[in-house]
Amino acid sequence: MNMIAPRRRRLVLVGNGMAGVRTLEEILSRAPEAFDITVFGAEPHGNYNRILLSPVLAGEKRFADIVTHDSAWYAARGIELIAGEEVVAIDRDARRASGARGTVRPYDVLLLATGSNPVILPVPGAGLPGVVGFRDIADVETMLAACASDMRAVVIGGGLLGLEAAHGLARRGARVSVLHLMRSLMERQLDPASAEMLRAELIARGIAVLTEANTEAILGEDRVRAVRLADGREIAADLVVMAAGIRPSIVLARAAGLACRRGVLVDDRLCTSDPAIYAVGECVEHQGQVFGLVAPLFEMAKICADAITGAAETAFRPSVPATRLKVTGIDLFSAGDFLGSADTEEIVFRDPARGVHKRLVLREDRLVGIVLYGDAADGAWYFDHLCSGTDLAGQRDGLVFGPAFAGGEAQSGVEALPDSAEICGCNGVSKGRILGAIAEHGLTTLDEVRVRTKASASCGSCTAQVEALLRKAAGAAYSATPAVKPLCKCTRLGHDAVRAAIRERRLKSIPAVMRALEWRTPDGCAACRPALNYYLLCAWPGDYADDAQSRFVNERMHANIQKDGTYSVVPRMWGGVTSATELRAIADVVEKYQIPTVKITGGQRIDMLGVTREQLPRVWRDLNAAGMVSGHAYGKALRTVKTCVGSEWCRFGTQDSTSMGIAIEKMAWGSWMPHKTKLAVSGCPRNCAEATIKDLGVVATESGWDLHVGGNGGVKVRATDRLCQVHTPAEVLEYCAAFLQLYREEAWYLERTAPWIERVGIDYVRRRIAEDGEGRRALHARFLESQCYAQKDPWAERAADDVAFADLATVA
Amino acid sequence: MSTLHAGLGSSQWRDVGAIDDIPRQGARTVATASGAIAVFRTADDAIFALHDACPHKGGKLSQGIVHGHAVTCPLHGWVIGLADGCAEAPDEGCARRVPVRLAAGRVLLQVDA
Ligand code: SRM
Ligand SMILES: Cc1cc2nc3c(=O)[nH]c(=O)nc-3n(C[C@H](O)[C@H](O)[C@H](O)COP(=O)(O)OP(=O)(O)OC[C@H]3O[C@@H](n4cnc5c(N)ncnc54)[C@H](O)[C@@H]3O)c2cc1C
Ligand code: SF4
Ligand code: FES
Repeated sequence: MNMIAPRRRRLVLVGNGMAGVRTLEEILSRAPEAFDITVFGAEPHGNYNRILLSPVLAGEKRFADIVTHDSAWYAARGIELIAGEEVVAIDRDARRASGARGTVRPYDVLLLATGSNPVILPVPGAGLPGVVGFRDIADVETMLAACASDMRAVVIGGGLLGLEAAHGLARRGARVSVLHLMRSLMERQLDPASAEMLRAELIARGIAVLTEANTEAILGEDRVRAVRLADGREIAADLVVMAAGIRPSIVLARAAGLACRRGVLVDDRLCTSDPAIYAVGECVEHQGQVFGLVAPLFEMAKICADAITGAAETAFRPSVPATRLKVTGIDLFSAGDFLGSADTEEIVFRDPARGVHKRLVLREDRLVGIVLYGDAADGAWYFDHLCSGTDLAGQRDGLVFGPAFAGGEAQSGVEALPDSAEICGCNGVSKGRILGAIAEHGLTTLDEVRVRTKASASCGSCTAQVEALLRKAAGAAYSATPAVKPLCKCTRLGHDAVRAAIRERRLKSIPAVMRALEWRTPDGCAACRPALNYYLLCAWPGDYADDAQSRFVNERMHANIQKDGTYSVVPRMWGGVTSATELRAIADVVEKYQIPTVKITGGQRIDMLGVTREQLPRVWRDLNAAGMVSGHAYGKALRTVKTCVGSEWCRFGTQDSTSMGIAIEKMAWGSWMPHKTKLAVSGCPRNCAEATIKDLGVVATESGWDLHVGGNGGVKVRATDRLCQVHTPAEVLEYCAAFLQLYREEAWYLERTAPWIERVGIDYVRRRIAEDGEGRRALHARFLESQCYAQKDPWAERAADDVAFADLATVA
Repeated sequence: MSTLHAGLGSSQWRDVGAIDDIPRQGARTVATASGAIAVFRTADDAIFALHDACPHKGGKLSQGIVHGHAVTCPLHGWVIGLADGCAEAPDEGCARRVPVRLAAGRVLLQVDA
């Protein structure tokens, strides 16, 4: 065929964040084939839900949970993602954007979505290490890396962001002080009465709150030590979080000569002063207004997509924003003109005993402002009245008690809302649209509603209402979505929640976990007990006393049970290397105990099959005497480290893979894992040790060692992902240990590295192991610490205990 | 290990050991002429006894994980009720029960000699 398709227009997005990627989605939904798209993002990964950084900081979610667009999303749509490269110049005449590393892309249409930057107060010491903003995942990681117990953190700024940071740090065990310049907290969202209640609640949670606190300097020599206030007070600090506001990020736009004031100026179609360049998100200024919440940004995305694709002529008219604070246990809603003015009236309700405060501001019987503190369940109902400007003259008596009383109808919550009412503020989704989608597509789960409508997919605070709609509309078909898959039928909680509770509530035994987390069964089942035993062992390597009765038979007997009830015994053969002495000892054992079968395993060692339970301790004693230890062929543990002959013998070998494999096995043997874990080291890319189908494979090259992870040769064959290259054997050991520890700490029990990496993404693993040097070293150190307790040969420990392996009695 | 002598008659209560010889949430076996018997001790110190063969493919129930008043077979994961020896639905089949009781901390088993 020689048909020539018309050249697709080239679209370049600068800024891989919430507004930019949402605009791409809107463009693709209108014109999927119209553009060749390139995305530049300064952050080194796909797009994530920035709003949920707060729960990540607080340990309530993990980064992997908040990723909304991973690299596969871009790949599937043919979008070129250039992650980790900032755009530093736009040549408007030549229509080219250039990145900091020299990548240049031409465009027909350019979309700017560079977001904003935290305001760093211009005080002495603001540049010291230990001073961070709260904007992206790198900031969160910096904070977490600093989070030693008893650390002192100072958060500058008592607005939404500052309080979420303070809450998160406090949850991580830091002693937190919030410094706020104004007299009352969140003065842009709360009236003084509710601000006072909030302050009391924070203090009760151990967070110090200093208002009218004017930061004058940050003190410290090579790191922050304290913050000094204008009144001379000094507050000790190991970490300072600047959350004193944001400023549109417009350096690039300004350098390109686009018209800017506080933000990049845009018209009603989100077009800048250059007709080929559009802008969306927090970087823009529209009719004198800049933005700091996602709802208006997602509206921009639609209007901008209409304009870029020519799908419709629409104009951006920002709606009234509403705010909720995402601090667990604090229910707060605020919208509109909540302070009121001369021509407004207020209805105020207070119930100090329940900690509830409501303030409704009315102008001519119409709601213009709302503050709800302590009970914000009716936020959406009030907000709907505010947006639609309903005349409330007839309902004023009961108004403050919410929909259940106002107007006398005995309805409550989401049922009381009209179809036009907005349920999801972030994405502007109304009740009618949700009900429509449920009916049209037969949706039955929260996730399906999220995919179809985006309702509840951003900050998540409307989740309860969406679920209520599902329950009502879908009736019996509704499956109460456990947001996560429960660990087993004994609990509602998923693996991550259980692990987080073990760490944070310092639970140190299986009964303690079951009590604290309200297990439904008295002592669990065969699925949760081994998982809990592992999680406890991993969390408290020195303290936890292993519970043999919660282990699968093989790990209790330190041998593999066979179908006839006998066992197989596999001693460790370091790196697959053996000797005459070892072979002779094995031969002797086989003869002495008349072991029926001896077999070379697929893991480069020797298996003795058909040993009876009673014989086990004696077989172990004999093998121990010849210097051999358990091979853990039976455990969710480190199994083998296969090697090839390498440079010692092989004519192609580039490095000594055999010694490298032995060194890794000596470091890692004995460690318990979420699932069995197999390693291999090959001496050159011919890869005779099959390293690229192992959980962790090392392949030597002329210039060093390639590290590969997440392979599997079992039921579903998966080749490894390449992690990175390192140069010295010491680095190989450090990276291996760090990788194993990350897997130990974060994978779910019985999840091998392959499905784990598919779940969290190789980018995530790369970031934690290859890019974050400090984090890697910490993981390495934790692995070695846990090995101090784990490297005891279980055979040697139990070989003396013949009685436990014998019958209780014999009845002749 | 203790070896006991057969008494008179066919079915007798025999002392096979102390309850503390069996780990909580665990089992020990008693060898008899008609095969191994698994004696279980649950978390609440109740005692049960079954022939040590899973109704599925003869797995040694004594080696399973004991939870509540049930044991999960180590070979393919059937869950067997300790009180009646029967598999939990959807699986079907029962392991043979053996009468057992506790007296002053001793485990008494009624076995055929
Ligand atoms: C003995 C051995 C076969 C042999 O004679 O070579 C073997 C034997 C068993 N394998 Fe294997 N596997 C053996 C190497 C492998 C390999 C090859 C390797 O390690 O390089 C694989 C594929 C590589 C991999 O794991 O990715 C392998 C993939 C499996 C799987 C599938 C795992 C998966 O993730 O898909 C299972 C099932 C499981 O673990 O749930 C399994 C399970 C088993 C079990 C434990 C089945 C069981 O639960 O009883 C077998 C125990 C027999 C016994 O008592 O010894 N075995 N098994 C090999 C022992 C190696 C060693 O020295 O430790
Ligand atoms: C902790 C936290 C909690 C929040 N909570 C809420 C909430 O509850 N509700 C709510 O509505 N909003 C909340 N927000 C605000 C919300 O996240 C932002 O409004 C939204 O992310 C802004 O989207 P954006 O695309 O404009 O900017 P961003 O999401 O910041 O995306 C901009 C991206 O552009 C990149 N970039 C910048 N310059 C360049 C360049 N030159 N080249 C390449 N890339 C560049 C940046 O690195 C960034 O990744 C919160 C924000 C934070 C930080
Ligand atoms: S492949 Fe592995 S699991 Fe299957 S029969 Fe062979 S040893 Fe057993
Ligand atoms: S033998 Fe017990 S489950 Fe198969």
